[in-house]
Amino acid sequence: MPDDFAPASHVRLGSNSGQPQTRLDGLAKITGQATYAADNAPEGMLWAVYAGAPAGRGRVASLDTGAALAHPGVVHVITPQNRAELQQDPDARAHVFAWKIDILQSETIRYAGAPVALVLAETLEAATEGARLLAPEVEPLPVRIGFDDGEPFEAATVGIGANPATSVGDLEAGFAAAERITEVEIETPPQYHNAMEPHAIVAQWQDGRLVIDTPNQAIVMSRPLFAEYFGIAPEDVHIRSPYLGGGFGSKAILNGPQILACLAARETGRPVKLVLSRAQMYGPVGHRGATRQTLRLGTDAEGRLTALAHHSVSATSSFDDFLEPAANASLNTYASPAISASHSGSRWDIGTPGPMRAPGEATGSAALECAMDEAAEAAGLDPLEFRLRNYAETDPATGRAFSSKALRECYRLGAERFGWAGRPMAPGQMRDAKGRLLGWGMGTSLFPAPMSQALARATLRADGSALVETAAADMGQGAWTALAQIAADGLGLDLAQVEFRSGDSELPDGGVAGGSGHTATAGSALFSAGQDAVAQLVRLAVEDPASPLHGAGNQAVRAQGGRLMLEGDPSRSESYAAVLARAGLETLAGNGRGARSPEAAGAHAMFSHGAVFAEVAVDPDLFQIRVTRLVGAFAAGRIINPRLAESQLFGGMVWGLGFALQEEAVHDRRSGRLVNGDLAGYHVPVNADLASIEALTVPEEDPFVNALGVKGVGELGITGTVGAIANAVWHATGRRARRFPVMIEDLL
Amino acid sequence: MKSFDYLRPDTLDEALAALSDPDAAALGGGTNLLDLMKLGVAGPSKIVDLTRLPGLDRIETLPDGTVRIGALVRNAALPRDPGFAAAFPMVAEALLSGASGQLRNAATVGGNLMQATRCAYFQDPFAACNRRAPGTGCDAKDGANRNHAILGWSPACIATHPSDFCVPLAALGAIVEIAGPDGLRELPLAEFHLLPGEEAHLTTQLAPGEIVLALRLPPGAADFAGHARYLKLRERNSYAFAIVSAAAALRLEDGVIREARLALGGVAARPWRATAAETLLAGARPAPETFAAAAEAALAEAAPSGANGFKIALAGRILARALAAAAAGTPARMPALPGSVLDDSDTEAAHA
Repeated sequence: MPDDFAPASHVRLGSNSGQPQTRLDGLAKITGQATYAADNAPEGMLWAVYAGAPAGRGRVASLDTGAALAHPGVVHVITPQNRAELQQDPDARAHVFAWKIDILQSETIRYAGAPVALVLAETLEAATEGARLLAPEVEPLPVRIGFDDGEPFEAATVGIGANPATSVGDLEAGFAAAERITEVEIETPPQYHNAMEPHAIVAQWQDGRLVIDTPNQAIVMSRPLFAEYFGIAPEDVHIRSPYLGGGFGSKAILNGPQILACLAARETGRPVKLVLSRAQMYGPVGHRGATRQTLRLGTDAEGRLTALAHHSVSATSSFDDFLEPAANASLNTYASPAISASHSGSRWDIGTPGPMRAPGEATGSAALECAMDEAAEAAGLDPLEFRLRNYAETDPATGRAFSSKALRECYRLGAERFGWAGRPMAPGQMRDAKGRLLGWGMGTSLFPAPMSQALARATLRADGSALVETAAADMGQGAWTALAQIAADGLGLDLAQVEFRSGDSELPDGGVAGGSGHTATAGSALFSAGQDAVAQLVRLAVEDPASPLHGAGNQAVRAQGGRLMLEGDPSRSESYAAVLARAGLETLAGNGRGARSPEAAGAHAMFSHGAVFAEVAVDPDLFQIRVTRLVGAFAAGRIINPRLAESQLFGGMVWGLGFALQEEAVHDRRSGRLVNGDLAGYHVPVNADLASIEALTVPEEDPFVNALGVKGVGELGITGTVGAIANAVWHATGRRARRFPVMIEDLL
Repeated sequence: MKSFDYLRPDTLDEALAALSDPDAAALGGGTNLLDLMKLGVAGPSKIVDLTRLPGLDRIETLPDGTVRIGALVRNAALPRDPGFAAAFPMVAEALLSGASGQLRNAATVGGNLMQATRCAYFQDPFAACNRRAPGTGCDAKDGANRNHAILGWSPACIATHPSDFCVPLAALGAIVEIAGPDGLRELPLAEFHLLPGEEAHLTTQLAPGEIVLALRLPPGAADFAGHARYLKLRERNSYAFAIVSAAAALRLEDGVIREARLALGGVAARPWRATAAETLLAGARPAPETFAAAAEAALAEAAPSGANGFKIALAGRILARALAAAAAGTPARMPALPGSVLDDSDTEAAHA
């Protein structure tokens, strides 16, 4: 295995990376050949449907299991009374990525919709009716939902193990030195991932091994989490997850229904399929917790920040502690001699929140960008000029140099493309030809460029083609394609010569598809695996007297298009197949690893950046809003596949639009139940909501993030966009957003 | 889900016989009934699929000029019919402003009348709802009621009827043809849906066993074609129910409004015909003050039923806007964003 922990010299990728390759799995998907978890139906399978708690808090007093069992087709009902023992406590958090989950451990109700019993039946219809017939009787307790009713608490951590409070510099001195102080309070609502594919699992036990089809963003990492519940070895869990219909963080973490399905399969001795209904996705599989954020920005006479204090009260469940780390968005974005980011918690009777696309960054950036806009207004400065005056040349939180930061170029390019120059300072100054109010707003995008750890294997085959393998997760973002492009470059092969296997826990660990670090992590592993295989091949060639490359030094040989050739003398070359044939090898395998270099990580702050510009049209009497233009310019390191990267950035920006103007889960404050738990009631954007969108990328070479120079684009686009739209609404109407989504009645 | 018998009768008589069972439900496009069954709100023991009944998928012009729309005409088909869309542009616009392309392909015009409120508490079998379960109360009254009724509501129920289509139909005096065990009868569409009063569970005038057979637009309804608009306010620019909507149609002669037809949507348990405002407009010249006065008259009785007082102002404003748009003339082409106040397509009038 090559040691890729050495400080990375910039790798020269081959001809596959950088190409706008269409999705390799696209045809399979549009023709229905791609098998998602719920498409599996093994012989003898039972259907599982769980009944959800009809109250937000209290106790299940009784369940009519008799009625359910009497329904034709119902085979078994699992309740807290008869649920078999498990080897892991579901209320223990055995792993940093393990949440407390609901698997019928008691009759206590912690949130509406939590599983109270599982019905197994021969058909989906019978299981559904069986679950309905259980008709739980509940002894309810008063529900606590909303910041006014929630129980305040001091958090030990926020996000995944992050500090709840961080500060740099002397805040008090900073505010004392300020010419003016801008204070802003903004609320963001509970939001749900709403992946197109519902959470699903098909579980079966085969000779003591647990075989699972389920969408999963962290396939190998999840094995021990399943295994612990059943007292088996991680190797005895086989997870198959070739395709995900969206994950956004909600499929990275084990959830209760998954364990229930595995348990039911063990108890019944039959394969069991459990597919959440859309309504059931609002509860046990995470969401973005609500926040109430307060920002104080001190600025001097020149409009430079003297202090920035950002506090978020983040809502979580009554029983677990994921807090949206919203305030941390202020730690790395703008230069200020003093910054404080702090959090406290509010316990609600809801399912536990979790990471949802840009967790913390999305909510925090929304509030920060609105506050920056107000501070710019107060300082009498154009919002872009104000941001440029507060440009962070080094990471404000750590003082470290950025590994790369082409944000200035993003501002310039985005502003130019949008036509920002000439924007009137005061709101309500622009109208379109039909008399509608027009407004322009902007925001800065920022998202960390992390890596997890991944392994990969690349196997050259006798015919000169190759098989590359890693247990990566294609969530629809295009990992099947972008990773195959990197793998082909690592091998010096054309994409068509590479067979890419992924989405299966029996393969080398591909790491987590999360944190926008999947291409960087799994890609690095794949590239180095290919390089390892090629290095072995070169060794064979140069040591073989029969090779035209005999005697050449390793460094003098180049691999390209399935051939090894001498640098500077391409006439001395031979095919991979020829080398393998002479060596009598059917295959030659290389291994690779992807991880961040600790030296680089310690020396640099690593982020993707961008600038988003928005135009909205607002009806002057009725205040319906339409985003007429969104222009984003992003710097995110090396772009492996411009088509897919643009698509990812579009997705983030459109998500930002939904955040700004539409997305909100509404709970009934008495029952705790969702009142809009479906896609008719929970609005996400439609095509008509956005007349024009552009996502530009600024070239950025980053020799520190990893050998490939890859950052990430999955979450970046949401940040910046929410604030840009809210600021454009202000510029059109003179009304500042005080809560998201911005609703018509907020503008009346 | 609950098991049920599925029947697909070939004749109206067979259908009516099957529907004499009080546990039977009539199925059109299924875009609402099937949802309600999955939610556990509806649980019929018998589904009577009407979609094979002969002759109900036609749009016909009768000898007296009446246009008759069979109950099984699909929501997508009606606005696509050139003759219909030209004669009743605001009906076409209302249909195209509703739901999504996929839903309109499945949904039927008869089913559109019969759809249930989308009140979250009606759709939640665990909630108190007098409309779904008489006598249980109304959880909406003190619950999430931002988009509930501002007209014609009662303490028993504050739900709205969600249809766009019915709003211009009510304005144009459409007639509902009803078939039942006792034969055929007809009713004005504006009276077809019941206001809640004490008995919120009675939502339409249909008696048990009756079905909607057709809708009729009377002769003269097409006289408004040159000055007719449907406008719909909502946060999402497509695939969303109205916060408020308005249908406005004018018959102008020599610059004077001879006759006005107005209705509001999203405000009550029925499409809300605004007759007082219509009377006020007759004989007036189209002008912003006139439209504002008409809007005020239309909303004179309005009252918030919860956290929805903002809808009263919006309903007045959208009615005035629809009147102004109608006075300016029906657009020559269907707007790219039908019903939207934010449409950007060419608004050259066809008949101004």
